[in-house]
Amino acid sequence: MTRRIPWGLLLIAVALAVPALGSRFYTFLANDVLIWALFATSLNLLVGYTGLVSFGHAAYFGIGAYTTGILMKKLSLPFLLAFPAAGVLAGAAALVFGFFCVRLTRIYFAMLTLAFAQIVWAICFKWNEVTGGEQGMPEIPYPSLDWMGRLPLLGSLRTSDHFYLVSVVLVALCLWLLRRVVGSPFGRMLTTIRENAERAEFIGVNVRRYELAAFVLAGAFAGLAGGLFGIFNRGVFPDFAYWTKSSEVLIMTLLGGMGMFYGPALGALVLILLNQQIVSYTEYWPFVLGTILIVLLFVFPGGLAGALGTAARRLRRAA
Amino acid sequence: MLEVRGVRKSFDGFLAVNDASVSVAKGQIAAIIGPNGAGKTTLFNLITGHLRPDAGAIVLEGRDITGLAPHDVCRLGMGRSFQRTNIFPKLTVYQNVQAAFLSHRGRGRDLWSRVDELYRAETESLLGSLGLRERAGEVSGFLSHGGQKQLELGIALASEPSLLLLDEPTAGMSVTETRETIRLVERIARERGLTLLFTEHDMEVVFSIAQKITVLHQGRIIADGAPADVRADPEVRRVYLGER
Repeated sequence: MTRRIPWGLLLIAVALAVPALGSRFYTFLANDVLIWALFATSLNLLVGYTGLVSFGHAAYFGIGAYTTGILMKKLSLPFLLAFPAAGVLAGAAALVFGFFCVRLTRIYFAMLTLAFAQIVWAICFKWNEVTGGEQGMPEIPYPSLDWMGRLPLLGSLRTSDHFYLVSVVLVALCLWLLRRVVGSPFGRMLTTIRENAERAEFIGVNVRRYELAAFVLAGAFAGLAGGLFGIFNRGVFPDFAYWTKSSEVLIMTLLGGMGMFYGPALGALVLILLNQQIVSYTEYWPFVLGTILIVLLFVFPGGLAGALGTAARRLRRAA
Repeated sequence: MLEVRGVRKSFDGFLAVNDASVSVAKGQIAAIIGPNGAGKTTLFNLITGHLRPDAGAIVLEGRDITGLAPHDVCRLGMGRSFQRTNIFPKLTVYQNVQAAFLSHRGRGRDLWSRVDELYRAETESLLGSLGLRERAGEVSGFLSHGGQKQLELGIALASEPSLLLLDEPTAGMSVTETRETIRLVERIARERGLTLLFTEHDMEVVFSIAQKITVLHQGRIIADGAPADVRADPEVRRVYLGER
């Protein structure tokens, strides 16, 4: 038997090494990818595992971002409190909205998630006293990470690098938790719902309750991603909860492949890199990007991760 | 065991089931027959909670279960298979049956354990008794029609029901497959002391294993009793058996 390669640990090691390249841009890009990877993976708990297509996942991302932002900027609370609060509040919102959403199916479910997300966006946009309204909330402070500067090797790094390292650890932790959930009996029950809700009901699964639980979990992890993103972005703005963000994260999930756990994370990586590259060549980047996406989705219906999986299996058989 | 009392259901004015009463005793093998559109599947859906009756009551082991949701009915000891095969097509054969064990044993709320090894012994022994042991690792959607029907029986049995409802267990099967399946169903019912209620279009099958037969015609019950009595019933002969 061959020893399994600990891909996860390898990836974490690679991610932790990025600041050593010394480029502010690379660290920025890596941090962006990381947070979106968590956001997309949280959505995949709904889309890929439970079979619920949400068009309003940005609502929970936005709620998380505002929660952490307001707590850290206006109330000067430490990151250690403000970060988990993002998950808790986003999860609570998902519980309320989800209660109604899971009562509907398919396209009606999707429409209602979108409607709730637009309500969240409108509140962020209009509630000036709390959210800063249209102007958003700039200058979210970094968590105090001075202690990291005193550690060996890390002394020469910037604060943004320190925050990046914290992000790597937190995202890795969240992905590990999600991975456990997906591989648990609960996760299997979600899969039975995706496969055949009628049959699931008649092996004794309370379909609506499980769907709601998945909705809350997905919302909570999206909230955590949002909490990180507000700090990373140095500001929180209403468009975090806007429908374009919901569609962006959905595209990442589909592009990467919703059939595999790490598919959406791969989708986040590819979409962000594509975006970066194309923007630097042409001002018509949405057009080029759209074309690439259409081609990719047609050529790899299982997403990039699905295609990679097939290729890896072929290689192994050939070897 | 099961008592259906004066149940009625209409869809947009069409009376699908009209004042139907059926009772099944513990350990009995009972069949419901009737021409297409007689209301057999509707009656099943009423019993299992997929539909709510307009009038009447469903009583399972002395307990009124009228209007309960299917997942609650399932937990009270009723298993069912569906007329159109109803499995989890992208999961493996093993995962299909295992999922039913997980749900039935209340492990669904477990977000932490690794799922793969749970109830492996139970799942494999059940697959063995269905003759599906060798196919455990296959994706269930690729099984033959007969194999999928057997798997569905396995899913229903994993909920360890005391009453099993089978909606056309041999629909679409070849003659050999039909015979095998019926022998399998009969054996499992005997081994587990199951009460069985099934619908079937193949009269040979029905009269070979049923101890009690209920005949449904245009939503009404026109005969109910031992096979010999039902076979001799003049109205049954006129509306149903005579048609063939």
